Amino acid sequence: MSLYRMHILVCAGAGCITSGCKEVSEALKKALKENNLQNEIMVLETGCMGACELGPIAVIYPEGVFYKKLKPENMAEIVEEHVVKGRVVEKYLYKTPDEKIIKKINEIEFFKRQKKIVLRNCGFIDPTKIEEYIARDGYEACAKAFEMSKSEVIDIIKKSGLRGRGGGGFPAGVKWDFTSKSEGDQKYIVCNADEGDPGAFMDRSVLEGDPHLIIEGMMIAGYAVGANQGYVYCRAEYPLAIERLNLAIKQAEKYGLLGKNILGTDFSFNMDVRIGAGAFVCGEETALIESIEGKRGEPRPRPPYPAVKGLFNKPTVINNVETWANITYIIQHGWEHFRTIGTEKNPGTKVFALAGDITNAGLVEVPMGTSLREIVFDIGGGVLGGKKFKAAQTGGPSGGCIPAEHLDIKVDFDTLKTLGTMMGSGGLIVMSEDTCMVDLAKFFMQFCVDESCGKCVPCRIGTKRMYEILEKITSGRAEMEDLNRLRILASNIKEAALCGLGQTAPNPVLSTLRYFEDEYIEHIEKKKCKTKVCKALIKYEITEKCVGCGVCKRACPVNVISGERKEMHIIDQTACIKCGMCYDKCPFDAITVE
Amino acid sequence: MACECGNCIDYSVLDRIVEESRGKEGILINVLHSVQEHYGALTPDIQKRISDGLNIPLSQVYGTVTFYHFFTMVPKGKYVIKICTGTACYVRGANKLVENFVDKLGIEVGQTTNDGLFSLETVRCVGACSLAPVVTINDVDIYKRVSPKEIDGIIAGYRQKEAE
Repeated sequence: MSLYRMHILVCAGAGCITSGCKEVSEALKKALKENNLQNEIMVLETGCMGACELGPIAVIYPEGVFYKKLKPENMAEIVEEHVVKGRVVEKYLYKTPDEKIIKKINEIEFFKRQKKIVLRNCGFIDPTKIEEYIARDGYEACAKAFEMSKSEVIDIIKKSGLRGRGGGGFPAGVKWDFTSKSEGDQKYIVCNADEGDPGAFMDRSVLEGDPHLIIEGMMIAGYAVGANQGYVYCRAEYPLAIERLNLAIKQAEKYGLLGKNILGTDFSFNMDVRIGAGAFVCGEETALIESIEGKRGEPRPRPPYPAVKGLFNKPTVINNVETWANITYIIQHGWEHFRTIGTEKNPGTKVFALAGDITNAGLVEVPMGTSLREIVFDIGGGVLGGKKFKAAQTGGPSGGCIPAEHLDIKVDFDTLKTLGTMMGSGGLIVMSEDTCMVDLAKFFMQFCVDESCGKCVPCRIGTKRMYEILEKITSGRAEMEDLNRLRILASNIKEAALCGLGQTAPNPVLSTLRYFEDEYIEHIEKKKCKTKVCKALIKYEITEKCVGCGVCKRACPVNVISGERKEMHIIDQTACIKCGMCYDKCPFDAITVE
Repeated sequence: MACECGNCIDYSVLDRIVEESRGKEGILINVLHSVQEHYGALTPDIQKRISDGLNIPLSQVYGTVTFYHFFTMVPKGKYVIKICTGTACYVRGANKLVENFVDKLGIEVGQTTNDGLFSLETVRCVGACSLAPVVTINDVDIYKRVSPKEIDGIIAGYRQKEAE
């Protein structure tokens, strides 16, 4: 094996791939070769580093110099200056909002404040090589677990207080315990990688950046509860995650880490990947099980819970990707250590996908109980374009919003519940003052209407009725009584729907009603949308500033603007489709929107 | 043996996929994925053949095909345009993109242009939220932070590729 004096890590997470990191990496390798350095400098394409907004990214070790927003044509310069001459190329370094240049990755606020357990290998190793995972103590935890008794392993997970990261926060160890005590000749381990919550990409990054971590976590559970088959159910929208997982499984099989008599024990474990087909409801555990069985993804009534009667009617442990990603850490470092991170009732960390109107969109991992303010402002860099923070949405279509007055809450499962939202899988969408909360509620409700599987009436019909009322409100046809109707419908759906998707579907409406009722009332009574999002309630008008240049007339897709050259133009309000083209195009700011 | 009349569909790939999967529990969805990838759509004839091959009732095959968004019974256009309408993309203006694509292509979401070139779809979150709004074409070409102004150029690019 050759020794390298320098390692250059190029982030190849989903965000950076979209930003063109492949070309950057190729250019880098080419430049190294031209300087005959390919045997001295190692280039690694890693999983997501989290700073998606800054991609493509390269980090040069041992120093940890962080280069951002790279283009293929920059790479020759970086090789010649940094690698050959040892001079850091300042213009590609990270700059803080107040223009301070920061050289090293661990000095950047975004990275400095994070605590990485789940993402500890993401962005450090090449996910396509099992050797790199092993070099970071991979497959050590399972060896340790195999030396313990099965009940000892379950006991450690129970004592660690690890709660399911898929949304509900049910203690993982308890689930394992139930499954191990259930009677059954065959048991299963399932990983829920159907990350359907729009605006969330944590699980994707773990699967793409560190697939072996999931395999090892599931294997340990298999040993503990007496299962010898595992399934990862991954959504079809993540082809790279599926590819990496399949590759990782093959490598583990080749090394004898999956298959018969693993590490010389009498424990055998096999794994398969099953692909989803675009149904949000399949993130619900019983619907997911139906889908793995090859059927329509319709939820089953619970009980019996999967721990008793799960996949193919056998006892099944089903946990989400992030939960699985915590297992090896707990086994390696002990439950006592794990409990020192996070809060008393919510030990450990949580990964959040920051998106929406936020400066540093990307992936962050922080201890449970970190304040929302720290996540959004200190790590996330605040609202994009210096706008005012209005609210953050957690838990996706099942969750709710957190308004500015609660920015200082400590984010964990229980606190979020008291605010009328939920942790969900960790999507955190930041919204600026330009977001209309009624329209947002309508957006989520439409999502639930589309994604309702149709099995139970409250969800199938109830969500549709709620959507129609919201539609009435945003088009100015509603009356005050409609707010009451919304509330009644919401509470009925919550009580009567069959599965988690239906029971939580009214949450975005209830939560926006709780914190932004005045906006609803404004829509209904004044027929006004102050954020100018709801089209039926806005009006474009040409003011006296108009010089008659004709730009708006040409831009209008429905030809409803009239006027002679050099004279003031007029919009025919009855035919205007309110697309805003004229407003965007007018060079004199002569068009107003009310 | 494939028929040489020119009108028949060559089912040998389908038969091979089914053969490899027979007897595996719950394999139906994986089979549907592979078959759709090869044949472009899961037509009634194809569903019947899968049902026979896997010994699964046709009603269950049909029920599964129609349940999931990913499966289609009619062939899609050569270039499938998918506009992400996940929350992050929504917050950053995905709806405007949908309107513009509908307008420019003259088709509704879920339809295919008459020349068979473009299909228009919306998807729920492709997981590239930091680059919102995102448009993907055939899942390979990914356009980030798309503004309505770029749409003409994107469509023209593919039209030109075809003309060449």
